[in-house]
Amino acid sequence: MPDTLQTPAGHVRLGSNSGQPMTRRDGVAKVTGAATYAADNRPDGLAHAVFASAGIARGRVVSLNVEAAKSHPGVIEVITPDNRPALHLDPDGKSHPFSWRIEALQDKTVRYAGQPIALVVAETLEAATEGARLLAPEYETEPARIGFENGEAYDPPAVGIGGNPSFSKGNFDAGFSGSEHRIDASVDTPAQYHNAMEPHAIVAEWSGDHLVIDTPNQAIQMARGAFAGYFGIPPENVTLRSPFLGGGFGSKAIIVGPQILAILAARMLGRPVKLVLRRDQMFGPVQHRGATSQKLRIGTDGNGLIKALEHEATAATSSFDDFIEGAGNASLNMYASPAIITRHSAVRVDTGTPGPMRAPGEASGSAALEIAMDKAAEAVGMDPLEFRLRNYAETDPASGKSFSAKSLRECYELAAQKFGWSDRPLAPGEMRDENGMLVGWGMGSALFPAPMFAAQARATLRRDGTALVETSGADMGQGAWTALAQIAADGVGLPVDRIEFLSGTSDQPDGGIAGGSGHTASAGGALFEAGSNAVQKLADLATADPDSPLFGAGNTGVEAREGRLFRADDESRSESYADILERAGLETVDAMGSGGRDPANAEARAMFSHGAVFAEVKIDPDLFQIRVSRLIGAFAAGRIINPHLAKSQLTGGMIWGIGFALHEEGIHDLRSGRPLNADLAGYHVPVSADAPHVEALLVDEDDPYVNALGIKGVGEIGITGSVGAIANAVWHATGKRISSYPIHIDALLS
Amino acid sequence: MTLSISLSVNGESLSVPLEDPRTTLLDLLREHIGLTGTKKGCDRGQCGACTVLLDGKRINACLTLAASVDGTDVTTIEGLATGDTLHPVQAAFIEHDGFQCGYCTPGQIMSAVGLLSEGDAGADPERIREGMSGNICRCAAYPGITAAVLDAQRRQSENEGTSA
Repeated sequence: MPDTLQTPAGHVRLGSNSGQPMTRRDGVAKVTGAATYAADNRPDGLAHAVFASAGIARGRVVSLNVEAAKSHPGVIEVITPDNRPALHLDPDGKSHPFSWRIEALQDKTVRYAGQPIALVVAETLEAATEGARLLAPEYETEPARIGFENGEAYDPPAVGIGGNPSFSKGNFDAGFSGSEHRIDASVDTPAQYHNAMEPHAIVAEWSGDHLVIDTPNQAIQMARGAFAGYFGIPPENVTLRSPFLGGGFGSKAIIVGPQILAILAARMLGRPVKLVLRRDQMFGPVQHRGATSQKLRIGTDGNGLIKALEHEATAATSSFDDFIEGAGNASLNMYASPAIITRHSAVRVDTGTPGPMRAPGEASGSAALEIAMDKAAEAVGMDPLEFRLRNYAETDPASGKSFSAKSLRECYELAAQKFGWSDRPLAPGEMRDENGMLVGWGMGSALFPAPMFAAQARATLRRDGTALVETSGADMGQGAWTALAQIAADGVGLPVDRIEFLSGTSDQPDGGIAGGSGHTASAGGALFEAGSNAVQKLADLATADPDSPLFGAGNTGVEAREGRLFRADDESRSESYADILERAGLETVDAMGSGGRDPANAEARAMFSHGAVFAEVKIDPDLFQIRVSRLIGAFAAGRIINPHLAKSQLTGGMIWGIGFALHEEGIHDLRSGRPLNADLAGYHVPVSADAPHVEALLVDEDDPYVNALGIKGVGEIGITGSVGAIANAVWHATGKRISSYPIHIDALLS
Repeated sequence: MTLSISLSVNGESLSVPLEDPRTTLLDLLREHIGLTGTKKGCDRGQCGACTVLLDGKRINACLTLAASVDGTDVTTIEGLATGDTLHPVQAAFIEHDGFQCGYCTPGQIMSAVGLLSEGDAGADPERIREGMSGNICRCAAYPGITAAVLDAQRRQSENEGTSA
């Protein structure tokens, strides 16, 4: 198990340090099979665990054939609510905003289909799997409550994590009734499942009251504390290793019940236990994007200026916990309007609890908002791009604050030009390709907040001219191993290949959360500051030393690069880090850093990444099969640390937009409450053939306020404009406005 | 009774005891032989993460019972590079950023190697996308994957051109 990233010789490097399009430092490890994911760990004496999943959505387990399971050759133990050892914390408690109520065999209640109802541990995976099957549970079944019309409605106190459930400014009713053009739009979005390619996995091993766990996690120190809490041990007794996540998308930020069960089993048996979810088990206990039902109204004057905007969303959550998609809040920050209302309601249904999934709130909300905007443009008789420019928000519509930086106009211009938007006929149904396919062009605006999380890092300058930099970052594919090293290299003033970067475990300073598109800014800011602080210590040594060519330069009069300090006013006077350390008799000098955001800027400015996405669809005129033939987006997200990797993040998000618009739909049987398509053949996600031409363009943006490095995020914004752009292109091809995602063929046939 | 099977894995002849007839080739590789580069994404042939070459042809190791591979020649991601020299498909995946989280990558690369040796896709991006559509990448690194396979195909056909 590598605790550190080994970067074998031979990785391709196109440049160095921030702003350079270098290839991934973990590239060789990932293309040779050497990158170690949690389930790849095989400690000596390993036992395999499989949990039995509830086959009903609501009720109670009344019997399990534990005897049959235990008598199967190789089965070691069966854990049920009858013999499950106590936990230090109640799994139904919520100790902080990032803890979910979890299912850890606390009782025999079934709250959703797929809930763990017993854990079988065996010498082999095959025996554990068969043991779980032999449990043959019997239930007292209550009717499942599935769907908005069947669940229990309530007013949620918050949306997302601590977000406001409602907002109002101006007089909507007056603005709307006084508008020349009035449109409304209803848009439903289904449950969607993260389905990272790596199923949730854990290998747990106890040594006395010390716990070592290999499990993919997006927030390593937070998870360490949470695991420690459930088992009543101090956080420092937990070692959590997560060097590579096989995708997360939000589902691996918050710890889940199966992880707790594996750790319990390891403690009960006194040997290491591995638990890897089956793909069908990814459709219950590990969160999903909750379904929404949204209604929008937009009123405009005769010139296409928006006078009133209303966005209401109803979101589904579980019967026992609250995570409400803040879909309506997507209308708070995008378009200027003197009157804006957003409102949320919620419905409890018998599924697992939803959670954050790539662009939570914004993805579902903008998917509806952009349809409404297109309808409004149609009502005014205006080109959709011109309509959006007409209603361009120069300041944040919700708060009235100035933006820290907003380059959306440039995004529109660049992407529209690349797409060829100016040739678009205004009316729908006018374009056909050479094969007779209906062709449509649509667009959408993209937006995502630029949050930062608390993070720390340490930098150590060594006498051999290298540096050690450390933070508990999480690389789930966004490229933390590479981008954070690039920032760290700039912080210590060294080429990136002289950086040893330790990350991905709980041994390092808290790297914060890889979520909210805020990891590069947060952990990167901490790394940069730690490096700068360490260099400052060197500068203090040199400028105070009469034997240094830098003597008397003063702390601010020194620049660091390529492992040397230079006098700012005299390039000829410089000294290497190694010489400074040697003369001072030191092997190393180190410092901590925490990054962060200037509180005054945080208070004064609204901070978002922006983008524009243009879609072309081709639709069979007889069968109405839909293909996204082109998807071109331009994005402005502050300083881009690595354009090569940032583009991959953005195109990945845009292709998620294709999945949202055309494919993804978690279907629960209304009668039994069971998921009907809990596998990758039934739950469709995009494949290569679905994304023939997806292109992300980067717009330069200097954001002096967002943080010291000017970094925003690119992980989630790609999905936000893309979904609506595709729906609008479908309208442009067919003249049909859709009212639910994904867009089914039958919606176009009717 | 414990059976054992003989097979060649990445050029090495192995005799592996097979304690359980339910064991798949995927679990044999990962849990018994210790080659964990091949990944389990769905365990039912729907995602392609477990793609390996069996006698030169790409297959889903999760749908293949270990007992059925006696006497075969298996190539996994660990057997593709020659020492420190990457296979052209591996190098192209790095250069074109044909992956993000890396979990599906071994399967993508083995599938690409299989696709190129099938020789049906040529330099046609649409056929490459079709031929690679049995391998899901949830990060959706598809533009990079297609570019990488095209690039590797071009390099391979250039090499064949010079050696002919």
